[in-house]
Amino acid sequence: MAIYFIGLGLYDEKDITLKGLEIARKCDLVFAEFYTSLLAGTRIEKIEELIGKPIRVLNREEVELHFERIVLSEAKNKDVAFLTAGDPMVATTHADLRIRAKQMGIESYVIHAPSIYSAVSITGLQIYKFGKSATVAYPEKNWFPTSHYDVIKENKERGLHTLLFLDIKADQGRYMTANEAMEILLQVEEMKKQNVFTPETFVVVLARAGSLNPTLKAGYVKDMIKEDFGKQPHIMVVPGRLHIVEKEYLVAFADAPEEILRRRDL
Amino acid sequence: MIAKIKELMTQPERIRNMGIAAHIDHGKTTLSDNLLAGAGMISEELAGKQLVLDFDEQEQARGITINAANVSMVHTYEGKEYLINLIDTPGHVDFGGDVTRAMRAIDGAIIVVDAVEGVMPQTETVLRQALREYVKPVLFINKVDRLIRELKLTPQQMQERFVKIITDVNRLIKRYAPEEFKKQWLVNVNDGSVAFGSAYYNWALSVPFMKKTGVSFKEIIDLTNAGDLKTLRKKAPLHVVVLDMVVRHLPNPLEAQKYRIPHLWRGDINSDVGQAMLNCDPKGKMVMVVTKIIIDKHAGEVSTGRVWSGTVKTGQEVYLISAKRKARIQQVGIYMGPERVNMEAVPAGNIVAVTGLRDAMAGETVAQEPIEPFEALHYTSEPVVTVAIEAKNIKDLPRLIEALRQLAKEDPTLQVKIDQETGQHLLSGMGELHLEVKLYKLKEDWGIDVDVSEPIVVYRESITKVSPIVEGKSPNKHNRFYVVVEPMPDNIYQAIRDGEIPEGRPKDKKAVAKKLAELGMDYEIAKGIVDVYRGNIFLDNTKGIQYLNEVMDLLVDGFHQAMDEGPLAKEPVMKVIVRLVDAQIHEDNVHRGPAQIYPAIRTAIHCAMMKAGPVLYEPYQKVIINVPYEYMGPVSREISQRRGQLLDMRQEGEVMTIIAKAPVAEMFGFAGAIRSATSGRALWSTEHAGFERVPQELAIQIIRQIRQRKGLDPNPPTEKDICPQF
Repeated sequence: MAIYFIGLGLYDEKDITLKGLEIARKCDLVFAEFYTSLLAGTRIEKIEELIGKPIRVLNREEVELHFERIVLSEAKNKDVAFLTAGDPMVATTHADLRIRAKQMGIESYVIHAPSIYSAVSITGLQIYKFGKSATVAYPEKNWFPTSHYDVIKENKERGLHTLLFLDIKADQGRYMTANEAMEILLQVEEMKKQNVFTPETFVVVLARAGSLNPTLKAGYVKDMIKEDFGKQPHIMVVPGRLHIVEKEYLVAFADAPEEILRRRDL
Repeated sequence: MIAKIKELMTQPERIRNMGIAAHIDHGKTTLSDNLLAGAGMISEELAGKQLVLDFDEQEQARGITINAANVSMVHTYEGKEYLINLIDTPGHVDFGGDVTRAMRAIDGAIIVVDAVEGVMPQTETVLRQALREYVKPVLFINKVDRLIRELKLTPQQMQERFVKIITDVNRLIKRYAPEEFKKQWLVNVNDGSVAFGSAYYNWALSVPFMKKTGVSFKEIIDLTNAGDLKTLRKKAPLHVVVLDMVVRHLPNPLEAQKYRIPHLWRGDINSDVGQAMLNCDPKGKMVMVVTKIIIDKHAGEVSTGRVWSGTVKTGQEVYLISAKRKARIQQVGIYMGPERVNMEAVPAGNIVAVTGLRDAMAGETVAQEPIEPFEALHYTSEPVVTVAIEAKNIKDLPRLIEALRQLAKEDPTLQVKIDQETGQHLLSGMGELHLEVKLYKLKEDWGIDVDVSEPIVVYRESITKVSPIVEGKSPNKHNRFYVVVEPMPDNIYQAIRDGEIPEGRPKDKKAVAKKLAELGMDYEIAKGIVDVYRGNIFLDNTKGIQYLNEVMDLLVDGFHQAMDEGPLAKEPVMKVIVRLVDAQIHEDNVHRGPAQIYPAIRTAIHCAMMKAGPVLYEPYQKVIINVPYEYMGPVSREISQRRGQLLDMRQEGEVMTIIAKAPVAEMFGFAGAIRSATSGRALWSTEHAGFERVPQELAIQIIRQIRQRKGLDPNPPTEKDICPQF
């Protein structure tokens, strides 16, 4: 039999595709994980109701260390669905899960769904102008990663936008806000002093992408850091060189200050 | 007295910071007390009985000195007054940590040797500790009265004995002294860097003193035989002779800091603060090193330490460099015996006692501005015995936790851990006695009754051959580390034990790499040195791996975890070289956080160890026993029953000295056994004698026992259990 990696999309239970829903309904067993991203607009019961089946939610350890035992062993003689927020192949860990299925001789299929990588287009920033993405992580003991800062720098030098994912610690119920991310980046700037992320840096914040009332705001860090963007999930973009239409869009839809239209250095 | 001390504190050329170190029972506490009495710090009648420096009641009860305490006194030499700061140090091997810490604070030391026993193993240990810290020695040959009255030696025979002791001490100085002082620091009867006498009867002689006063050795012998103690101590007063020797031959802080600072401190010597320390400048930025922390019932934690530069003042804001904290100095004082006397300020070159340094540990560098910390204090022994304890009364649990935290803080050689399975507290120390003392403290100082398990030996895990390259994957499989483990050659291990290769992450990698190359490691490999931990080495032999720097701290943490609990029985690992030879690391930092990197590097190391012939080591003790000839038989029986080996036997008159070696595991209860085997006629001491491989057939049994105790599957793990499945 087989395992189906099915995307749930971005915000609530209705972001799943029709194809994904039909397959999930036909599967014998349904698993899901939510540690790589957050489906803010729904609850697990609602998805169960829609699919008409109980869902077993797995934590990070179960997926990373015991996927063979818990999920793949079942897929040997049953059809198994594995639900993830966003698109299943975009949250990076899941490529490895497909490899493991293949090693056990189990067929696997991917059913796509909206991902933040497409939804970020609501910012009006042109997708083909994005460079490498990075994640802003919560610092831990002996671990204060700063490579996101270098990514922003490299992208900026080439005029490219940087999409920043914000850390999720599902087990602790912590979901990073854009405000926290700005704090962390300003701290890195303090350490590195390369004039990459300062209070004068222009940023775009998108909250609750995929919902009908996302928050989209653009402005300078010194002002944005005080803004309330509403509930998580948040993402942040540090734009590279802006095209005039990108600027006009941000003024129209993201409350960006009009002076950006006249600024040549943005 | 206080006024005088205050005045002298500001004149570094009039200060001597010194200690007294010796083999157990050679009489250093008696010497300290009589020096204090002579200097008017305690009454003369009490001296020799009071044991002021043994101010733990427990120490007095046991008759041995446990904690190094500090005291200041004033001595007049050639018409000038000198401030002498004396630190007393314990001689028992189980308290080696205290000795090492005390050595950091002092510039010179009186080495006390019992004239009857001569140079003993512990004499060598303390002398080595002193010389390693650039502490200059002078020699006091004690208990000469016993040569006169008990052994009835002729002056000629006595002289021969002195010459032998001096030769033995000088041989050790030549061996262990820093290169530049190998000649200069040899002790010599004629220049007065050697004195001899009886601390108990309060007299001493030295050649310069005899020349100056005309008192002859013959007179002293006659007085001793006549039992005229009063005249004896008037003719040849102990404190005058010994303190004259101290003032004349031990360096003052101005001299000592010139050569000690560049060796003890790794920062830039040309910086302002480097120069201030070098010159012992009271106007520079304040820097001190905490050498001991004791808990005072009223003042709380009192940190004693050596001030290297600047002036310690009440209210001063300071940085605790290793703890990465700020603190404010509250009380500033000095010790006069057990009493702490408050002062407003204590300048560079002195020993100070301060309160307010809440997060300080012994060894901490305290400074007015963030600076390079002093080199980690070097401990000669690591814990070898553990007991599990539980509060008898469950209500005491919170206080027990607090008490253990404090004990561990006062004594970094004591380790406290919680057993996750049983919830018991595990207390690890350097010997049975060391732990007994701490348990006694729990009861006496804190009033906590505890149930104590039988003592458990702390074993070590190691390997016997080079492993193949082993891959470790992070749980998300996005990070891969490739490692090789190799057994560490004895000479490299020894260099770590001796502090020639310091533990921790070296600042100056080149210097360490050079040292490793001298010891036979390929320089290209040695150059990758990242960390030295508990007698193990971590090397980065990769080239140009992107993001490796970002995860290096995590790799080092993971290396520590792998070394703290080895694969066989979760016992500490020793003598293993871990080489990282390749790595693949994910682009994005969220996919290479601690939860991913720790297990990846840990499994890689443990799996490699399983493929490298893993073995168990056990700690050994050297046992030195003095016993009348007729008990020879029972003693050797007692030793051989304990898997012991006789190393050496010497006979002196009716007394045999037996030197043997036995596993710590077999030595529990030895005190009682030897007492009954010899009707209490044996005098004995022990010292740490390193680790040796457990015989294979015994090892399996021991591994099962350890694993069972730790709540693990008792079957010794196989390669398959440790190495990743896919």
